[in-house]
Amino acid sequence: MSIDWKAYSSPGFFDELISDSGKPRPCSRSPTAYLASLSDEELQRRQEAIKHAIKTMGISFTVYSEAGNIDREWPFDLIPRIIPLSEWQTTSQGLEQRLRALNCFIHDIYNEGKVLRNDPFLKSLIVDSGNYRPQCVGMKPKFQVWANICGTDLVRDKDGRFYVLEDNLRVPSGVSYMLENRTVTKRVFPELFEHSEILPNSDYPSQLYDMLSSLSPRGRAKPEVVVLTPGIYNSAYFEHSFLAQQMGAELVQGSDLIVEDDRVYMKTIDGLAPVDVIYRRIDDLFLDPKAFNPDSMLGVAGLMGAWLKGNVALANAPGAGVADDKVIYTYVPKLIRYYLGEEPILPNVESYLCIDPAQLDHVLKNLDKLVVKPANESGGYGMLMGPKASKKEREEFAARIKANPRNYMAQPLVYLSTAPILTPGGVEPRHIDLRPFILQGRNTYVTAGGLTRVALVKGSYVVNSSQGGGSKDTWIVDERGTGTGSGGGI
Amino acid sequence: MLSSVAERVYWLGRYLERVENAARLINVYSTMLLDLPSGSHIGWSLLIDITGANEDYQRVHQSVDEKQVVKFLLAEGRNPASVINCVSMMRENARTTREIIPSEAWELINNLYLTLKEDFSRTISRRLRQQALETAIGDCQRIFGVLTGCMNHDTAFAFIQLGRKIERADMTSRIVDVGSISMLPAYSRTTKQKRFLEPHENIVWMNVLRCVSGYQAYRQRTQSQVKGEDVVKFLLQDQAFPRALGYCLDDIVQHLGKLPKNVDVLRAVARAKKVTLAVNVGDLLERGLLEFIDELQISIADIHEEINNTWFRPVELRKKA
Repeated sequence: MSIDWKAYSSPGFFDELISDSGKPRPCSRSPTAYLASLSDEELQRRQEAIKHAIKTMGISFTVYSEAGNIDREWPFDLIPRIIPLSEWQTTSQGLEQRLRALNCFIHDIYNEGKVLRNDPFLKSLIVDSGNYRPQCVGMKPKFQVWANICGTDLVRDKDGRFYVLEDNLRVPSGVSYMLENRTVTKRVFPELFEHSEILPNSDYPSQLYDMLSSLSPRGRAKPEVVVLTPGIYNSAYFEHSFLAQQMGAELVQGSDLIVEDDRVYMKTIDGLAPVDVIYRRIDDLFLDPKAFNPDSMLGVAGLMGAWLKGNVALANAPGAGVADDKVIYTYVPKLIRYYLGEEPILPNVESYLCIDPAQLDHVLKNLDKLVVKPANESGGYGMLMGPKASKKEREEFAARIKANPRNYMAQPLVYLSTAPILTPGGVEPRHIDLRPFILQGRNTYVTAGGLTRVALVKGSYVVNSSQGGGSKDTWIVDERGTGTGSGGGI
Repeated sequence: MLSSVAERVYWLGRYLERVENAARLINVYSTMLLDLPSGSHIGWSLLIDITGANEDYQRVHQSVDEKQVVKFLLAEGRNPASVINCVSMMRENARTTREIIPSEAWELINNLYLTLKEDFSRTISRRLRQQALETAIGDCQRIFGVLTGCMNHDTAFAFIQLGRKIERADMTSRIVDVGSISMLPAYSRTTKQKRFLEPHENIVWMNVLRCVSGYQAYRQRTQSQVKGEDVVKFLLQDQAFPRALGYCLDDIVQHLGKLPKNVDVLRAVARAKKVTLAVNVGDLLERGLLEFIDELQISIADIHEEINNTWFRPVELRKKA
């Protein structure tokens, strides 16, 4: 199983580590050489050490199934995914730009509605959107920012460029795995860090805390920031507790909070204590049984009232999800020009809206070449992979699209880039994507890299952990400070 | 500190202590039985009595033998008091307070759970059983060491300590109860029992002490033969031995000092202390311990109840000033 890079190739795709000529890309030279120097036994040992570390650290995620919920260990591949710093600098500017524009857009929708005045189609899209919250009209959150935490999915196509696949503005998850992946790699492969200048990513929790504190409606020196989780059976509970622990914030469930006179308190051993900022990891509709779903056991009665009065900050703000929609997505390049007067730095994947009759026609004729997605699902559910589907599956899907065209959009298949993973048969290419996390409060911040998800099944494009995906540590490497080839440091 | 978190760390402390105590108890007990003649009234069923899991046992098994009893106490999922269930509860309370407890402690707890789950899934020979139990005891002590060494000694730590000491007080009261069973008043013993038991009385009391790791401490404190009366006195009233009830209760008072609104709880502790310290052990052994142990355990349960009412489910929540 020792690694032979000469035997590795990923024809037809952009590979993140190895170029078409079969040689490692400049930033990957030193780590690939190091990995190739390890014997079979040594690699085996490291892989076992990784498994052990993940088990001991209790890095897990929950898979819902009919037989009950299973806590699975986080699947992790030991070969890092490497991105040069110069490329990342541009990419992160593009990510910030995108989030700034999206926040202008959300604020506009719930306030003046400038953008909607001359675009009845967009207006109807918004009002019909399952994520539009009329309760939020007129609200002005601090800094006019609604989506404070965003996870943007990036993919790299055959041409080697990053494209934005979607913006997750509701309750994006995965950042804890990004951090834990680095911890695991450091534990098991400290040598890899000797010859590369790898940007640290460990400041995310403190950046998150600073951003959340900046939202506090009161001028307290140390605002009370809490993380609101749906509870211990939620698939992302690990992440909620991880972030609370790293920030030194309280981790609360709905039952720990109470609203009195439009103020939010938490139940403590000293009695009720006021809460300033809530990083909520619960969907809008479960936040407050008084305002939304009356059956919600997860939320806090009166929370929306307290927020609308400006007595507590909610991140992300309720209603922010209106821009987290695969149809609105197609508008983002326009929104960047409209609100910021800038050209988009990061391109979208070409998209067709099924609600437009001409585009719908194109989609139905080309179903075998397109990927069709419902506007409002996450986790890769409910989509059609045209090129891989059977004729029958395509026909069934066509009927669904015709029944509710607003709910669908289509994109040409992106030839997701690959990166090598270690398999029992040696190194093999697998498709990957990237989810960086962007924060916006008083300031903006982008993680150094993000969470790289891997489709562990050969040839598969599905990277979601709930459907057999794994992950990799993601390195942003400063090429100027990297020992090249000779293996020597500075 | 959140009431819900306070409750979880309190139970973390209780389960941490419970696992250690149960492991030690089973280990000492198995060793002791090797020393006793078959036919003495101290058998495997007594071990189930101590853990209070009689009904659960009868639901699962019809007969009593070593293999079944040990499996029931260590690995039985249907026994809420089995070691594996206690470790699992400890892990669950740790998992849901990971934002409070040091990561190292969480990793140790998680690892202990994974190790025992694997160990107990196989058939357990006497030798392996002993090893697994010693691992459990050692790990519990390490976990507490990490908590003590790496956590802020503030309210969260105070709740862990409270849970631990209340669990310990409860366990020691059970152990005293068990020891006294071997002290059936001499006159009421049948000839057969006399023949079997009397030469071994000493062994039983030595092992009672070992169940609470108290044999050495006892020798140092009393410098006397191992006698029933002295042992009971030591376990109930000693002020220096950390597992003696008197000491535990004093300790609880110390930890309560760190918590707000502690009046009702302090009062409950004072009542338990009075029960424990006011009793004349000599008289007690003449009368039989049954009633006394009941009174004692109720007074310990009252402390738990007051803690519950004061901090976890306060009847009335007042706004913090």
